[in-house]
Amino acid sequence: MFRILVRGLLLMLLTGAVNAAPVFVFTAIPDQDETQLKLRFQKIADYLQEELQTEVRFVPVKSYAATITAFRNNQVQLAWFGGLSGVKARELVPGSVALAQGIEDPEFKSFFIANSSTGLTPADSLPESVRDMTFTFGSKGSTSGRLMPEYYLREQFGESPNDVFSRVGFSGNHSRTIALVESGAYQLGALNYKVWEAAVADGNVDTSKVQVIWETPTYPDYQWTLRGDMDAVYGEGFSDRVKQALLKMTDPELLRSFPRSGFIPASNKDFEPVRKVAKAVGLLD
Amino acid sequence: MRSTKMVEMPTYRWPRGARTGLWFLLIALLCVPFADLEVSSLDPWTDLGRLLQGFISPQMMDLEIVIEALLATLAFAFGGVSLAVVCGFLLALAFHHPLMRGICALMRSVHELFWALIFLQFFGLHPLTGLLAIAVPYSGIFARMFAEILDQVPKQPGYSLPARSGYLSALFYTRLPLAWPHLVSYTSYRLECGIRSSAILGFVGLPTLGYYLESSFSQGYYPEVAALLILFYVLVATKKLWLRRWTLPVFIVGAPFFMGEGMPIIWGNVWRFFSQDIVPAPLRASDPTWQSFADWSSNILLEQALPGIWNTLILSQIALAVTGIFALCLFPLISRHCFSAAGRMPGHLLLVIARSTPEYLLAYILLQLLGPSMLPAVIALAIHNGALIGYLTGRNSNEIQLRHDAPVRRFDRYCYELLPRTYPAFLSFMLYRWEVIMRETAILGILGIQTIGFFVDSAIQEIRFDVALLLILIAAIMNIMVDIIARRIQQKVSS
Repeated sequence: MFRILVRGLLLMLLTGAVNAAPVFVFTAIPDQDETQLKLRFQKIADYLQEELQTEVRFVPVKSYAATITAFRNNQVQLAWFGGLSGVKARELVPGSVALAQGIEDPEFKSFFIANSSTGLTPADSLPESVRDMTFTFGSKGSTSGRLMPEYYLREQFGESPNDVFSRVGFSGNHSRTIALVESGAYQLGALNYKVWEAAVADGNVDTSKVQVIWETPTYPDYQWTLRGDMDAVYGEGFSDRVKQALLKMTDPELLRSFPRSGFIPASNKDFEPVRKVAKAVGLLD
Repeated sequence: MRSTKMVEMPTYRWPRGARTGLWFLLIALLCVPFADLEVSSLDPWTDLGRLLQGFISPQMMDLEIVIEALLATLAFAFGGVSLAVVCGFLLALAFHHPLMRGICALMRSVHELFWALIFLQFFGLHPLTGLLAIAVPYSGIFARMFAEILDQVPKQPGYSLPARSGYLSALFYTRLPLAWPHLVSYTSYRLECGIRSSAILGFVGLPTLGYYLESSFSQGYYPEVAALLILFYVLVATKKLWLRRWTLPVFIVGAPFFMGEGMPIIWGNVWRFFSQDIVPAPLRASDPTWQSFADWSSNILLEQALPGIWNTLILSQIALAVTGIFALCLFPLISRHCFSAAGRMPGHLLLVIARSTPEYLLAYILLQLLGPSMLPAVIALAIHNGALIGYLTGRNSNEIQLRHDAPVRRFDRYCYELLPRTYPAFLSFMLYRWEVIMRETAILGILGIQTIGFFVDSAIQEIRFDVALLLILIAAIMNIMVDIIARRIQQKVSS
């Protein structure tokens, strides 16, 4: 009896392993409010499933690092990364490629925002008076909410943010950064300019309480990155089909949720500047 | 010269326990100037008001999602705790061995959230991550408690066994039956802790209540937060109703089916984690030198470990003292010598709510309201632990028989009768809790307070698992040391 049970179990395990239909799984960095992300990417999953004729699943994760780890562990095969997370992921997974980026992504930028109680106004550079104020980044692993703002802060003040400001925090994501600076929990913050513009357009921010005081020079940011061994798993030409599906995404409803006006091809070397900056700041070995 | 001898006054000596308490208070006061206790949010009351308003008009999220999260919370709790009971019991049998003791100490000195963060790196969001994150530290805790309980069983019944009875016979026929009620009551208490731990695991991505609490909270959907919290309190408060002897097997057998599907495990990742990821970076390089290794470790020590340790110590000492004050203020609320049965009801309700809210969750809420500093963490730790110790002390005070000449006025009775007589029990609860508070303080760093957990989280966000593991190990050693010191003090006070 026991033997039959064991054999049955073994058989189940084996057949399970052989027959497992390779569901194509993708994820995205949690850079904004979660409910919005879920809505956004469920639609993308449906679209990709239709285009690729294979089962596609979106898995939400709680942190930037979890996105990279899932990609590295081959638990997801495609990811919508930021500049920094993409560079890290491709370094950890040899052969993986940046497929596509938003039309806006080659010239992305960060906004520095300030609570109105600071009395700061928009300027061409950060004024010396921000010294000893409180400041929040977004996520620790964000490009537009951490890496680039930190890089420009170091460039301008010649010191680490911890030395410039009296308190430095990490809000978690761009939407939280707006909320915390608006409430005054932090006097200053830095974030993704797209998220700010969308929040203003949707009326989700009280611009009498918080406003943009400086914008950074531009840099490359978000991109779709795919693992390198996909053709072997999903059939010849699969990587190309994924790329084409992303590039021909024209439905304004799908695009608006990113928000991007469309997607253009990308390559790994487009993000070389991000890698250099990350190395300079010490976020990459 | 007068030759009268001065009458020698008896020198007053503080009772030992009282002095220990005052020392802790003094240390905490010395820590205050170094702690960042600022309220940095401009308008904490608006947000607090909005949260309370949420409780008046709670709003349920999608019912299907909530039920799934609730079941997953229970599933991880039951699965993890059951596994830990079995492993813990086996470990307890070998607990007299110093090596085993050391391993168990290490297992329980690493917080379940840290365990979850470690398992997440190679199992990913698989149910096994949540299961082991609870089972591993709880096994260590059970091993120690079970070993202590089994040791305290009277030895006499063992002598009446036939001369050649083996170890197992002695265990099953004499020690186990005698220890059984204590083992069961401790396990039941731990199950409650397991539900809290399981809920909190959602904060790192497992599909339990914490997952949705964090999402709703970070977006400011307070009515949803309130609904989830109320649900959680009801779940914990009604434990006696749904957890019966006959429902227990149902829960344990059912647990694996409600942990969510997660992502498949790829065993190559496990191997890679242990053979590469956690090897210190300079040793992984093509030409490892002692110099590069020394640079690497001294850099981590100076830049991350030391500030982390310092802040963890400062914060946990202050939190410990405030916890003590809270507990001493709260315990009369449920003492039969202070209030009638009806009068104790609100106190009981308050303490149940306060102690069943996990510190991590409280700290998260208060951080949003008060802004980032150590203050929210201190309050959160003090509320949760103060309520727990207040409850235990209150229960202890109910066993006291008052003297005939005990003061009638409630305040006098508290000061001159209840406080001195429950104080030894209170102090031993506090000493036991010291290590727990230190462990929680470390973990609160994930929320942004710069304790050692902050640096662990940063290392993980930077995909530097070698650094993360080293820092977790340092945190574990701190906890083990505090545990040893607390035991020494306990022995001294009670001797």
